[in-house]
Amino acid sequence: MAWFTFPADNLLCRCLGISITVWFTLLFVFIIMPAVLGVSFGIRSFYMRTLLKIFEWATLRMELGAKEKNQELYKPLRSEPEFEMADIFYFCRRGVESIVDDEVTKRFSAQELKSWNLLTRSNYNFRHISLRLTVLWGLGILIRYGVLLPLRVTLAVTGICLLLVLTTLVAFLPNAELRSYLSEKVHLMCYRICVRALTAIITYHNRYMIFSNGGICVANHTTPIDVIILANDGCYSLVGQVHGGLMGMVQRAMVKSSSHIWFERSEVKDRHLVAKRLGDHVADKTKQPILVFPEGTCINNTSVMMFKKGSFEIGCTVYPVAIKYDPRFGDAFWNSSKFGMVSYLLRMMSSWAIVCSVWYLPPMNREEGEDAVQFANRVKAAIAAQGGLVDLIWDGGLKRAKVKDVFKEEQQKLYSKVLVARHSGSANTRASLY
Amino acid sequence: MGSRASTLLREEEIEEIKKETGFSHSQITRLYSRFTSLDKGENGTLSREDFQRIPELAINPLGDRIINAFFPEGEDQVNFRGFMRTLAHFRPIEDNEKSKNPTASEPLNSRTNKLLFAFRLYDLDRDDKISRDELLQVLRMMVGVNISDEQLGSIADRTIQEADTNGDNSISFNEFIKVLEKVDVEQKMSIRFLH
Repeated sequence: MAWFTFPADNLLCRCLGISITVWFTLLFVFIIMPAVLGVSFGIRSFYMRTLLKIFEWATLRMELGAKEKNQELYKPLRSEPEFEMADIFYFCRRGVESIVDDEVTKRFSAQELKSWNLLTRSNYNFRHISLRLTVLWGLGILIRYGVLLPLRVTLAVTGICLLLVLTTLVAFLPNAELRSYLSEKVHLMCYRICVRALTAIITYHNRYMIFSNGGICVANHTTPIDVIILANDGCYSLVGQVHGGLMGMVQRAMVKSSSHIWFERSEVKDRHLVAKRLGDHVADKTKQPILVFPEGTCINNTSVMMFKKGSFEIGCTVYPVAIKYDPRFGDAFWNSSKFGMVSYLLRMMSSWAIVCSVWYLPPMNREEGEDAVQFANRVKAAIAAQGGLVDLIWDGGLKRAKVKDVFKEEQQKLYSKVLVARHSGSANTRASLY
Repeated sequence: MGSRASTLLREEEIEEIKKETGFSHSQITRLYSRFTSLDKGENGTLSREDFQRIPELAINPLGDRIINAFFPEGEDQVNFRGFMRTLAHFRPIEDNEKSKNPTASEPLNSRTNKLLFAFRLYDLDRDDKISRDELLQVLRMMVGVNISDEQLGSIADRTIQEADTNGDNSISFNEFIKVLEKVDVEQKMSIRFLH
């Protein structure tokens, strides 16, 4: 039986053949060839633009239609910030977390040691454990109070007396150059005696960074002994408040032979005056570099707190120095609310030793577009990184003062922003506090 | 000589606190040394000023309310037992506790007690109802000056409307529980206490 081939079949085959050929030719010419050659006809962007026009037209038609029928097309946006009763949990939890432990208050008391260095003052868990340990401790007391303390007190007294006498003598010399040379030598000698009076074992790192004039040296502050430790290695001009009594005498004696900047208590409040005096001193290239502790108060050497921007506004080169004490030999932190100066010094002199490391860091300058606060934070970060300390933005002044209301207002502003963000987002992207 | 921490807290006290709050021995001694470090007056109790000395708490918008929660009605000092009792509300709920003796009294850190703590932060006059005024007060504390009175008023109205089921225009504790039934209170009102 022969296959019936309708004439339509032939036509169909031919049509099919032609359309397939055309299809593949178009594909080849318009898509594959440009893809191979890396050329574009712009067909896809034309396609996209056409689609967009169609969509716009369709949306318009829909909205018009809805308006005619008075129907709501979209869910209405709520016009108020959205509050949830569960929001209170966030503040509650944060508050209780800070009661259990916070970053700031623990910086103002001595660091707790894990090991015990035979000083009862450093380990809070001391109890009577064994006879041998108690005997060792007793021996330690004998040595420290019977031998080391008298030795050190003698040295300290000698050192201070020498400082007073010699600086006064040097001040009488007529020749300015000789005077400054000798006063340097005198200061260094007396600081060296004081360092031995405390049995301070200091390791200086990167001493090649030391500079001799112009510029400000900034360091983290743990104790007034920081001054002795740094001045032992170089000559600085000190900045500080005028004290009375023995400190006052020492200050006046020092000023006679080399320039230091002592402020009256009333002058301290006047920031422009302070900045001017510092600026004048720095501008004078013959004067020694100034030593400043921008934290403004003693911190317990586990962290570096906010640097006050005053010394960073002057615009000269800043030489950062990091000081880290080894707490195993004796805690050097001065808790001024607990101990006065004299009892603090006695504690220092009856510790085993004061071991510390001093790192001199490369000089830093304020960069373009950086303001004093950012510069201060940059220096602070460098010091913290080198000394292995925690970098905090909290102000050391919180040791005594209350925190400013501005910070609470910031928290309130942040929360209000969350509320408003909730209402303007869709229901799926509800802003969360967490 | 020795530490105040271990000489002033006797073993019997630690045991009692352990039973009452569920904290472990080491957690209690650690929290005791925190208590003594906050106690600047060294008289064995904390006053409101001692709490306000914590900067992170002082800048918390609800800081005053949280501090208030530690002090029993009308008193100005809180001792260590009271301190621990309040902190116990924030202990995480452990799984093995859920299957404990059902006839024992409810532990301080149960879901209901956590919710009660939060409820009391809103309910200032302790009349077991959150009125519109009390809600407004708390809202104002949380947002400061950044939202207007009218907006805040309508937020308060809407919140009460959604929660109030018996029509008395205030939120009772049961209505409060109902509103928060889908919220993971156990996780949001718990903090990690180190061992």
